[in-house]
Amino acid sequence: MTAVRCVDLCKTYRQGEVDIKALDHVSIEIKEGGFVCLSAPSGGGKTTLLNAIGGLDKPDSGEVYIAGQRIDNLSKGELAELRLRQIGFVFQAFNLIPVLTARENVEFVMQVQGVPAGERQRLAHAILDEVGLAGLEDRRPADMSGGQQQRVAVARAIVSRPALVLADEPTANLDSKTADELMELFRELNDHHSTTFVIATHDKRVMGYAKRLVRMLDGRIVADIKQDAA
Amino acid sequence: MNLVFRLAWRNLWRHPRRTWLTTAAMMFSNTLLVFMISLQFGMYGLMIDNTLQAFTGHLQIQAPGYKDDQKIRQTVADIVPLAESLRAELPSVSIAARGTAFALVSSEERSYGIAVFGVEPAYEPDVSTIPGLVSEGRFLGDIDAPEIIIGAALARNLRAGLGDELTVLGSGRDGSFAAAVVDIVGIFDSGIADVDRSITEIPLGLFQDVFFMDGSGHQIVINAGSIDGVAELQSKVGSLLPAGQDLVVHDWDALQPGLKQAIKADMSSAFLMYGILVILVAFSVLNTQLMSVLERTHEFGIVMSLGLTPGRLGRLVLLETAIMGALGLVLGAVLGGLVTSWFSVNGFAYPGMEELASKFNLPARFFPQVSPLTLLVGPAVVFLFTLLAAVYPALRLHRLQPVEAMRAV
Repeated sequence: MTAVRCVDLCKTYRQGEVDIKALDHVSIEIKEGGFVCLSAPSGGGKTTLLNAIGGLDKPDSGEVYIAGQRIDNLSKGELAELRLRQIGFVFQAFNLIPVLTARENVEFVMQVQGVPAGERQRLAHAILDEVGLAGLEDRRPADMSGGQQQRVAVARAIVSRPALVLADEPTANLDSKTADELMELFRELNDHHSTTFVIATHDKRVMGYAKRLVRMLDGRIVADIKQDAA
Repeated sequence: MNLVFRLAWRNLWRHPRRTWLTTAAMMFSNTLLVFMISLQFGMYGLMIDNTLQAFTGHLQIQAPGYKDDQKIRQTVADIVPLAESLRAELPSVSIAARGTAFALVSSEERSYGIAVFGVEPAYEPDVSTIPGLVSEGRFLGDIDAPEIIIGAALARNLRAGLGDELTVLGSGRDGSFAAAVVDIVGIFDSGIADVDRSITEIPLGLFQDVFFMDGSGHQIVINAGSIDGVAELQSKVGSLLPAGQDLVVHDWDALQPGLKQAIKADMSSAFLMYGILVILVAFSVLNTQLMSVLERTHEFGIVMSLGLTPGRLGRLVLLETAIMGALGLVLGAVLGGLVTSWFSVNGFAYPGMEELASKFNLPARFFPQVSPLTLLVGPAVVFLFTLLAAVYPALRLHRLQPVEAMRAV
């Protein structure tokens, strides 16, 4: 079963007087349970592709399918609903809500999904335990380290067991040890829950964890390599 | 506590000084509105009571058409027995019969045109403040006695005093010549020049005799004590009137249309001022919430990427505003209620008010009238406008694109 399919995606940004092709006729298919790294130098188009897959940004042309459903023509509300139910996001800058505690940050998405309070608390507690944050549930982001914050962000992204997790430079602000721990966690989730991961990175060690490495340059896919993960 | 409510509450206190300043603006305006509206309602109550209790009463029974064209022939037949029967039926209200005519009154030196009211001396003090305003001499005694009370200004104009005789000349009900000689037994001073110059009162029996009224009169005045329940009383009085006699019951609004108009005019100008105050507060809230939304653009981008729709985010902003507005409402209503309650007991006055108030037949101190309406109407309007002010910042969120929003610093 295909988790993600992109067909002939194009996206051009205008920077001053110059047009920059962020995506130049990109087509890619990712199977369910895939663990894919998009690697490119800065400006290579990996984040733009990730945003297009996540429905955060619309391509100028081309088609995007998630679990067989075309999403590039959906409305803002429909895209929001898709992200809420099917996609988890992990960002480089953690992007937690600063006024909420770790547990509340994790609960927040579930509340929007309409999960009952008791169930929310149980799931939030379990997932924070799973990502190694037991005992830190009531801390606010400002009182946690970068690694801890990123774990909360991961917990938030996966607590509803989305079929697809999109991560944009998830290790960029982490030290190497914490980055390794995070990638181990991703792989564990991928192995045990068959969650599909698409990770944009230029960190070679992260690429080492991927089952499939897609290299991009100037908005185009230049290499698509299956590899034995670390 | 609901997580969204918790989020809204904590968002408010990210900038406590800014939130408190905006809440304080709302609290201040709510306190001011509670006090001013209570004071206004208290003043209107006093104006109505003082005006109606001075002479008009809350209800009057008259012949049809008499109110607009006061002809001496438009009468209420057997007026004293009718007033008597109404008193028996309605023991809780004050009722008195009157006759009215216009006449020339002459002292030894001067003559003036005046209104002569024939009143029931025993009951008139219950429906009018004039008997209580007699500052020299006494009020009328016997219903048939040849005596008169006049205002202080008329006494000065006539150069007459207590015990002096006055000659009253006019037209009787049947068109014949009406004349009487009466003794001045009392001089009243209402403080209202027009009243003191143009109104006189004589006993109703004498009035009926002099003006050939044949037992009739022109008004039965009813003082209900307060304007509450006047409409109910009006229909009850109407049902008690004798069948076959063409009579109408007018309420105070019909009898004194100027009073309600004056109140409406005062209310209009006051509410214009209140409107300006409310709009200023609304702009303060708009500024706060717009800043709050703009500085959280990045954060809104994040939560949109997590699956929140702009509509949900807009509702979050409205909830934050509603919490702030409710805080301002409660604090303002409580503070306003406390301040106003103190003044409702101790009264409120400012320099020069005594002179101004006397012109409108009002006392020198005003007492604000605290009620659920005066406590809540102003703060509720501020709350409503506060929410309206947050609509624009909330709508701005619909234009946000997650990716662009997340790029914002």
